[in-house]
Formats: sequence, structure tokens, C-alpha cells
Amino acid sequence: MMAGGVVDLSEGGRAERFKALALPHLDDVYTLARYLLRGASDADDAVQECYLRAFRHFDTFRGGPIKPWLFAILRNVCHAAYAGSARLVFTADGADESQAAPIWREHGDTPEQAMLRRHESETMRRLIGELPAEFREVIVLREINDLSYRDIATVIEAPIGTVMSRLARARGMLREAWMAAEGEGESP
Amino acid sequence: MNCDEASILMHALIDGELDAGHARELETHIATCAGCGARLREFHELRKMMTPAGLRYSAPARLRVSIEGKLPAPRLAAASRRSVLRGFAVGATASALAASGLLVMVMRSDDQKRVLGEVVSAHLRSLQAQHLTDVVSTDQHTVKPWFNGRLDVAPPVADLTAQGFTLMGGRLDYVDAKPVAAIVYRRRVHIINLFCAPAPGSGQRSAVMESLHGFNVRRWSENGLNLWAVSDINADELMEFGEKFEAALRQ
Repeated sequence: MMAGGVVDLSEGGRAERFKALALPHLDDVYTLARYLLRGASDADDAVQECYLRAFRHFDTFRGGPIKPWLFAILRNVCHAAYAGSARLVFTADGADESQAAPIWREHGDTPEQAMLRRHESETMRRLIGELPAEFREVIVLREINDLSYRDIATVIEAPIGTVMSRLARARGMLREAWMAAEGEGESP
Repeated sequence: MNCDEASILMHALIDGELDAGHARELETHIATCAGCGARLREFHELRKMMTPAGLRYSAPARLRVSIEGKLPAPRLAAASRRSVLRGFAVGATASALAASGLLVMVMRSDDQKRVLGEVVSAHLRSLQAQHLTDVVSTDQHTVKPWFNGRLDVAPPVADLTAQGFTLMGGRLDYVDAKPVAAIVYRRRVHIINLFCAPAPGSGQRSAVMESLHGFNVRRWSENGLNLWAVSDINADELMEFGEKFEAALRQ
């Protein structure tokens, strides 16, 4: 920062700036990739491609929050690599749930409450995954990544009005799916 | 407003994206329409289920390592400086040093001006974008731990309520293309953003007051941190804030 004084314009200096700015969002970008793509290994590849592409085009980043910019690149990577492929259809693979979100334990939760919460969020994760792609992405951008409507519009390259109507539809579908899932749970 | 419009706009209300005029219209509609009222409550309930922490994934460590490995490695500053110096004849070394010293001074001063511009912009952004705080709390023991894992340093957070500066919360921001902690205080109707950026080796630097576009900035360095307090309150009060803050940390 200021103490550094001289701006390092070398390739290495550019990489350092990029890392400091972009790498803190790795979990967020990875989360979006997991929801957009099928399976963990595709997400790995897409996220890696996204970061390398972002670094190559770092000169075009015009300041402001970098997260929407990274998301837009990731989305393009996902679409380019898997366009027309069934791989854009999310399937919840239970195999590696253990590595997902280990932070899940609220203050003061008993082990039973923690388990219940875990179960709830696993269900929710699956239901979000089952939404059609255009509704899934607005839910993930809004609810999990807390993007503003304007930022979501930038990422998905659509007007804010479209963001609003998709979000309304998406939440409506999710609410119905949630009620159906709860109904199943209560009468096994 | 009819139910179709309300069914879309209620989501903007939930997300805090609705302007005051539409919000009033929507509330009027909901007060008289039981169906829409019930739906709004259901969506609020749904959102409670969608706690982000439970829905996120963590990137595997190998992915981080792999990405870092594919980006260019930083040059070692010390080594490169030495190789530059070696290139000069002995007689030229002194003048070259003097010249590069001048260059460093000029660039540093430009750098400070740019950073001053950036902290003021970050302050303005925080007021406009309805994104003042990521963590809302008047409790320093809630605000400080929130930065764990989000930043390389633990920013200092002091409770200055008794001194007339109310802690409102904190958020992550960017200054000079690096993540920084922004701790938000309020005095009367004025917001103070305190930006803290890690600056290893910056040592102790006493406070300097600056102003830009009608905003006052008090910057200082301590404990390996650069700090900027930015606000539209007058310079005396901002100075007082900085002094109270520094005093609180020394206790």
C-alpha cells in the first residue's frame, strides 16, 4: 500500500495485485461453479480456467467490486465449455458432501440442532440444484453471494427487470419444492 | 397496485432493492390483500432456510495451489535492485541513486494522492450502494471476529460509544486494489468509515489530515497497519475521533 510507494509494474507485480484481489473470492467462485456445473471435477476445471482467463484480461477490469466481474467470466467459461451439453444440469452428488461447507455449526447449537440444520441445508442445496439453469443462477447470485440486482444483471447480461422476474419465479418454484420435500419428510 | 405487480415487487422489498415510493404502494396493497401478505411471509420464511453458510462450498486446497502455481511468480525486489545497481559503473552509482531516489519520492507522493482518492471513493460508494456494512453490530466483539479468514490481519475495533461515536458494523472493501477492513462509526447523522490495510514495516506514523471533495481524511500508521478515517464531519471532530480511537486501543 502506501508504504510500498513505487508501483511494481512487472508481470510478477501484476500477478500479486491480481492474487490479492481475486483469490479471496475463490470459495465464492467455486460455489457458483458447483451450482452451475455437474460434479466437483468440472467445477475445478472451470474455476481454474476462470482465474487464468481473468488474469489474462486483468487490464480490462475497471475497479469496483471484483466479484461480479469474476462471476461473469466463470459463467462464460461454463457456457463455452459445456454449451449444449447435459453437464450444465446439476446433479447433487452425495459422494463429497463431507468436503462441503465444514463451517456449518451455529453458536449454541446442540449436536441434534446442528444435524437438523445440516439436513435442512442439504435439502435446500439439492432443491436449488434442481431448478432450471436460468433460475438457479439468480438464486445462487442473490441468496448465497448477496449480489445486488445491478450486479446480477451485469453477470447474467440481462436487464434488471429480467433479474426481478426470474428471482420471483425462482423463489416461487423453490418454495413449492421445499413444501413438497418437507411433506415427504413428515410422512415417510 | 395489483397482485401480479406485487408478486414481483415483494422480492425487491425483501432484498432491500425497492425505492420508497414503490415500497409504500406495495405495503398499502399488502395491508388490504391477505393473499399477498401471506405470500410475503412465506418468502421471508424461505429466506430464513437459505442461510448462505450451509449452502456454500469450499474450494479444495489443491485448486488454490494449482491456480497460484499457474500465475507468474513475483520478482524478488531486493534481488532485482541489486542487479540494477551492478549494471552501473562505480562513478555513476551515486547519481543513479540520487535520480532513482527522486523518482521514488515523486511516485510515492502520486501514490498517496491516488490512495486518498480511493479511500474517499470507497467512502462514497459505501453510502450510495446500500452496502455500508456486511456485519451489522454495535458490539466490537462481534465486528472484530467477523474479519477472521476474510483478511490477513485482525483490524482493531474499538467501542467509542461513550465518546460519542457509535459503532455500526464492518465490511470488506477494496483500496488500492487490495482487500481492506472498513469499520463503520456514526456521529449524529454522519458516517465515518475507518479503513484498515495491512502494511508490514510501516512502523508508527503520526496523523496527517487531508481533505478531498469536501471529505476529511485522517491517516496514520501503527502496528503494521495503515489507517484512514473518512467522513464529512468537520476536521476537528474527525481528529478527535482518531485520537479517541488510538487512545482506546492503547488501553
